[in-house]
Amino acid sequence: MDAFIRETALAAPFEGSNVDTDQIIPARFLKVDRTVGYGSFLFHDLKFESDGTERPDFVLNQQPFRHARILVTDENFGCGSSREGAVYALSDYGIKALIGPSFGDIFYNNCLKNGLIPVRLPHDVVAGLREDLLRGPDREISIDLDSQVVTLPDGTLHNLEIDPFWRECIMKGVDEVELTLGYLPEIESFEARYLDEMKWINR
Amino acid sequence: MTDHMGDAGSRTKAMFDKIWDRHVVVARAQGPSLIYIDRDIIHEGSFHAFADMKRRGLTVRKPKQMFGTPDHYVPTTGRMIGDAATPEIARMISQFDENMSWGGIRNFGLRDPRQGIVHVVGPEQGITLPGLTLVCSDSHTSTHGALGAIAFGIGQSENAHVMATQTLWQARPKTMRITIDGRLARGVHAKDVILAIIGKIGAAGAGGHAIEYAGAVVRAMSIEERLTICNMSIEAAARCGMVAPDDTTFAYLHGRPFAPNEQDWDAAVSYWRTLPSGDDARFDSEVSIDGSAIEPMVTWGTSPEDALPISGHVPGPDPKADLQRQDAVARALRYMGLEAGTALTDIAIDRVFIGSCTNSRLEDLRSAAAVLDGRRAVVPAMVVPGSTGVKLAAEAEGLDAIFRNAGFEWRESGCSMCAAMNGDFVRPQERCASTSNRNFVGRQGPNARTHLMSPAMAAAAALTGRLTDVRQFMGARSGVQ
Ligand code: SF4
Repeated sequence: MDAFIRETALAAPFEGSNVDTDQIIPARFLKVDRTVGYGSFLFHDLKFESDGTERPDFVLNQQPFRHARILVTDENFGCGSSREGAVYALSDYGIKALIGPSFGDIFYNNCLKNGLIPVRLPHDVVAGLREDLLRGPDREISIDLDSQVVTLPDGTLHNLEIDPFWRECIMKGVDEVELTLGYLPEIESFEARYLDEMKWINR
Repeated sequence: MTDHMGDAGSRTKAMFDKIWDRHVVVARAQGPSLIYIDRDIIHEGSFHAFADMKRRGLTVRKPKQMFGTPDHYVPTTGRMIGDAATPEIARMISQFDENMSWGGIRNFGLRDPRQGIVHVVGPEQGITLPGLTLVCSDSHTSTHGALGAIAFGIGQSENAHVMATQTLWQARPKTMRITIDGRLARGVHAKDVILAIIGKIGAAGAGGHAIEYAGAVVRAMSIEERLTICNMSIEAAARCGMVAPDDTTFAYLHGRPFAPNEQDWDAAVSYWRTLPSGDDARFDSEVSIDGSAIEPMVTWGTSPEDALPISGHVPGPDPKADLQRQDAVARALRYMGLEAGTALTDIAIDRVFIGSCTNSRLEDLRSAAAVLDGRRAVVPAMVVPGSTGVKLAAEAEGLDAIFRNAGFEWRESGCSMCAAMNGDFVRPQERCASTSNRNFVGRQGPNARTHLMSPAMAAAAALTGRLTDVRQFMGARSGVQ
């Protein structure tokens, strides 16, 4: 995972609550290996007509939003299937962070594991922000994980709430499995006692 | 038995907290704790996790606590690898077998009588047990909570983490108790209950929460009905859903292949009896529903929260709602090809799908067969049993013949048309009465239109070619409940 410390980038408003991971990446693209790159699958069926031409009404097909690196979303973005391909698609496309009032739970965790920063801000702030982005002309947002501050285009500062554990992992680009394997003695002693008490678990 | 397995705090603790606390390996004052994971069930989508492990030279730490079965991509027309819809899919299934052997993981492969949808197989084989933490790289892992386990979906990075360490870093969710009191009316099933709940609290209604389902309706339910309820917890954005284990649970589990054997049975049950939430347990949020008032439900839109009693009408954008909500409703109507104000029972359907981890178990098939017995479907329809075990059991009692005589296709088990990954799909603009769990845009195929409902309601829809109140088929025949 690449480390993330701070990023200032163009943001696009993404309308619609309960955007599920199948909208982010349709199921049929999930069969391929990550090494091929998932960026071109992002929002595929929203982005393209069935004949492969771009749908002009889709936000990421419009100027200047085609170059957005931050998406500002609505409630429960990333709900539905647990497919991590949704995060691969966002990440491989170049999205660095998401700002929304709430995210699908598994999706949120998948973002953290891939260094894509999911930022939760209050519903009203985010709704106003989407309107501001649409209107322009200021559309840059700064996300600073170090100082835990998000700076919106209107200059307002907001607290970036993120669990300190994940914040540190992402800022250092820590490999989580390596980190956990550092706790192997704790895991082993827990397990020895636990499995002795619950013998039926792995007979 | 040591004291922390016993009654400490059991009067005031919720079941979720009891099980969680029992699994903490490394506690941190804030943020995630390192939680021990008892079970991981694995399907074909796991190839990312295996690639990741191989790349890093990791091995599966406790293969005996892992179980694999292919479900999402398997063909339902036959059980040979050559029956797969495309060579690419055939390769995925073979690759799955290879990964299972690489990891030393028990694999209920395509031709194994124990194969099936992960969430059907886990309970059926006694892999899912009260008091466990169970994960699977699939969002409907919440299903397994019906037996009194903490069970939740994970991504592939987390899957690799579990396989390598048998743990996960997890923040403790809040708790929500949903109490369903009263008694269900005839023709009302577990699917109607959970659709009514999601209709009430919304698709984001349980975000950040672990749900415990309680109340007289839940207590009276069979395990299969509880599995249906817990299955759709994720559709209300919950981390997991659970039901306290009771004598119904213990009777269900006794004698299942991976359940405790006779030597351990009494110790297991006496531990399981300590798990239910104490009388004084506090929940972060409480919801109550009058079970007696629930009617057979169907969805009209593109979110499971778009659920209404079958006696209702397609809603229009509510002028009092905010603009975004109005726009969402308008978009859903457009996608679904529906006009506001249409009676739900006037909506004609093109096909019926009975299957998925929500409603593909033996009781589900019985309930649909009871409606179909001696009648004929007027639209194309198929049944996909949730596991090969369910299929064989249904055949042993002659349900396959009832379905076939009614004009249904009787298929091999798998996820099939629920997620349309294996080549079974609903055609563009076609309208499907489905017993699955998601009516999302494109879920059952590009531009497919899905109406969610119970197996009995799906059977009734097959008979009339419209969304139909199953109660109109009740009474004349004794079999229909
Ligand atoms: S049946 Fe459907 S919801 Fe269930 S695991 Fe398979 S694809 Fe997912």
